Amino acid sequence: MINFLKVAFFSLLMVGGFWGFANFGIPQIKPAPPPVEEKLDLGAMTMDQFVALGGKIFNGKGTCTLCHNAMGRAPMLDKVGAVAEERMKDARYKGAAKTVQEYLHESLVKPSAFVVSGFGKSGTNDTESPMPDVSGGGIGLKEAELAAVVAYLQDSSGSEVTVEIPKMEAAPAEGAAPVEEAVLKTPEEVIAKYTCGMCHKVLDQEGALGPDLTKIGATKNKEYLRQAILDPEAVIAKGFTGGMMPPTYGEQMKAKELEMLVNYLAGLKK
Amino acid sequence: MLTRNMKITFGAFMLAIMAMFMLPDFMPAANASEAVATESSVAAAPAAAAASDAAAAPAANAITYPPAPKLTEADYPRISGVNSRVAVWLVAQLHLWFGAFVVAVPMFVFIIEVIGMVTRDERYDNMAYEFIKVSITAYSLTAILGGLLSFGLILFYPDLFKYLALIFKESMWAYALLFFAESAVLYIYYYGHFLLQGGNKKWVHLTFGLLLNAVGLQLMFLANAWTTFMMSPAAVDAAGVFNGNTWEAIHNFLWNPINIHRVVANVAYGGSVVGAYAAFKFLSAQKQAERAHYDWVGYNANFIAISALLPLPFAGYYLTAEMYAYSQQMGITLMGGVFAWIFIIQAVLIGALFLSANYYLWCGMGRSEGAYRYNPRIKYIAIVLVVAFLVWFTPHTLVLTNSELKDLGGPYHKYLGVLGIMPAKNTAVNFLLTFTFMSFLFYRRANKVATVSWAAAGNAAQIALFTAGLINIVILGVYYGYFTNTVYKVAASVPQVLTTLVIIIISVVIDAFMYKGAKDVAPLHWGRMSNRSQYALFLLAVSFTWLMGLMGYVRSGIRQHWHISNIFRDGSPDAFTPGLGYAASVVSVGTIIFMAMVIFVFWLSTISGKHVVAKGYWKEQA
Repeated sequence: MINFLKVAFFSLLMVGGFWGFANFGIPQIKPAPPPVEEKLDLGAMTMDQFVALGGKIFNGKGTCTLCHNAMGRAPMLDKVGAVAEERMKDARYKGAAKTVQEYLHESLVKPSAFVVSGFGKSGTNDTESPMPDVSGGGIGLKEAELAAVVAYLQDSSGSEVTVEIPKMEAAPAEGAAPVEEAVLKTPEEVIAKYTCGMCHKVLDQEGALGPDLTKIGATKNKEYLRQAILDPEAVIAKGFTGGMMPPTYGEQMKAKELEMLVNYLAGLKK
Repeated sequence: MLTRNMKITFGAFMLAIMAMFMLPDFMPAANASEAVATESSVAAAPAAAAASDAAAAPAANAITYPPAPKLTEADYPRISGVNSRVAVWLVAQLHLWFGAFVVAVPMFVFIIEVIGMVTRDERYDNMAYEFIKVSITAYSLTAILGGLLSFGLILFYPDLFKYLALIFKESMWAYALLFFAESAVLYIYYYGHFLLQGGNKKWVHLTFGLLLNAVGLQLMFLANAWTTFMMSPAAVDAAGVFNGNTWEAIHNFLWNPINIHRVVANVAYGGSVVGAYAAFKFLSAQKQAERAHYDWVGYNANFIAISALLPLPFAGYYLTAEMYAYSQQMGITLMGGVFAWIFIIQAVLIGALFLSANYYLWCGMGRSEGAYRYNPRIKYIAIVLVVAFLVWFTPHTLVLTNSELKDLGGPYHKYLGVLGIMPAKNTAVNFLLTFTFMSFLFYRRANKVATVSWAAAGNAAQIALFTAGLINIVILGVYYGYFTNTVYKVAASVPQVLTTLVIIIISVVIDAFMYKGAKDVAPLHWGRMSNRSQYALFLLAVSFTWLMGLMGYVRSGIRQHWHISNIFRDGSPDAFTPGLGYAASVVSVGTIIFMAMVIFVFWLSTISGKHVVAKGYWKEQA
């Protein structure tokens, strides 16, 4: 019996050790919630907003930055607008695009039309791209979203933005009329959607790259908080460095969402 | 006679293998076009790519498969107070643990029985019987948990079950038949052990053992098909409409990589669990003979676990590479972001596995006075293992507070940052494997001295082999890992692995010839092991169980919010990927339940051999 107890205690100790390490030995990062299907209100959009939408899709739903980043998994796209002309003339080009805009669109839905040297699927001699068609599968970008990404790629690579904002009829509502993009209902949803907890300690998240927000309302007023969200570089909190927080929340958040978040943070006093 | 029996066994083995590959041909056609559709149907590929190809598939299917349903929270039945995801998760994990054990045990039981027959050493035969006895109760528990899992899926995820059952309906019949066949063969194999002894009878028994393995593996492969179809669906269009046949659904892109990985891992896992069984019996033994027996059994179990553990990282590497090949997005989700930290935990667990396995080997060297000559070298092996473990453990990108970030000058440590990337880890793991093998080599030589005339040359050749191999591993890791571009960084891991394999294989060959007819310098005292050493075997079993649970979470988690990757979305309230801490809690609870059940199985196998004579209880018969 004593051996049984010793063995049981030892096993529990081991399991407890592993559990403790997984819970306290490594950072607790909360995976992003499943993406919510958004309805686009293209009719009211300016070109700047449309480009910003493209940037949001590029960094979010499109999952482009998983590979198109400095890790070298896929080519960087900061000059793609400038090199598109050359690629269309390349002997290896198998597509049908005539303009930069068409080339960029084609590269999203038929990525193997031109594969940058060294980035093809293994064993295909750069004839096949590992990139999926982003209009299908799990990414499933709609035509308007593809146009927004093309606009963003043109803008961010210093090319002229030639994309036109699609008409409402072309919007991706799958039979239903496009409606106003759903406004989030609670500050918790806002914090989850804009992943504040990745860098800040807020709600049950433990981000440590930015200031702790759990009692932020005790020292900062609503004006300060609003400015900190809309223009993060305006005032850098003591002990922190600038350049960490994205400056695009003003373009991404609805006014109601912004005010809801500001009111919530201002209420965090104890 | 021997030749004839070998022919029979070989024939039976070939039949079993053929049956496995002919499985689809024995099944009735799923639809009218199936017989001719194979060529034109969609090969396993990401759903996005499959969508375009699927258009070419025959349009006039006799059975029209529905698209993947678009579910809402209301489509998932709930029971108050029951978290359906956790319930199904735990039952599935327990089923997998027991399933892995009962599939693995007959594999090495068969080999042990063959060794016993060839060497005519009855101890091996008895050990084989003892192992299969343990797995009998575990087999019942596997079946009960499998039933519970089906029940849980039908109850909590009816639409998913319906969708998968429609696609796999033909193979479900095969699964049921194989299950009955497995039961029948297992019982004949177990209960016939003492009946089928000697001469031809032994060959018949071995043939049943082989059949048991063939049927067990086919069962596992069929179960794996459901799992891998959910990860890499085949023959479906973007809407989830299935347009292929059952074999195409089974033979999806990740099916074989998972099959290979699970076969190797199961053997290692099975070895570790029977090792824990032997340790438990060793600690409970009252007599020296019993201690000696279970010490010997524990040694063999540890040997099985380590033998399978050595190639396991390569099988895992192959599986991961195939995941990348199937979908780069899936591969990056696996190795980056939230799951990246899993691999730090994995490093701790695998480090624990290697250290405990080595520790057990070193303790085992105390069984013979002849091993004392190797003792001074053990500390160097220990140092290398610990350093390799620490390199493997070093994270790449550190999540730090702002002040720490400023102190460091970025998310990477100035010196330790270089140890965080794959070339360093690949080098470390190859060192872990090579030095673990070196421990085993010393253990194997513990009580022997080679008597062949070329022993000195053989030793020199082995030293040269190890030295050259390790230098090669370092050069491949350092030069190609840090001073060339990314393509070579990844590609260099393959020759590193090959180097390790070459060291192991050539060393085994040299040793086999060199120690043939070797002289015993001191006897091996089985049972002369400290109680402490037995806890290394428990550590092995617990770490393995926990690690399997954790990696199961990752394998499932990389589907993210999809029941079936990219075609069937999870609409339940639990569609989110749980965090690491939460997953660790579920895995820990599962491990505790599993270990409790396993100890129950051990206890059952102990009492089954006891016979109490109740004097005066029964009426005297005239």
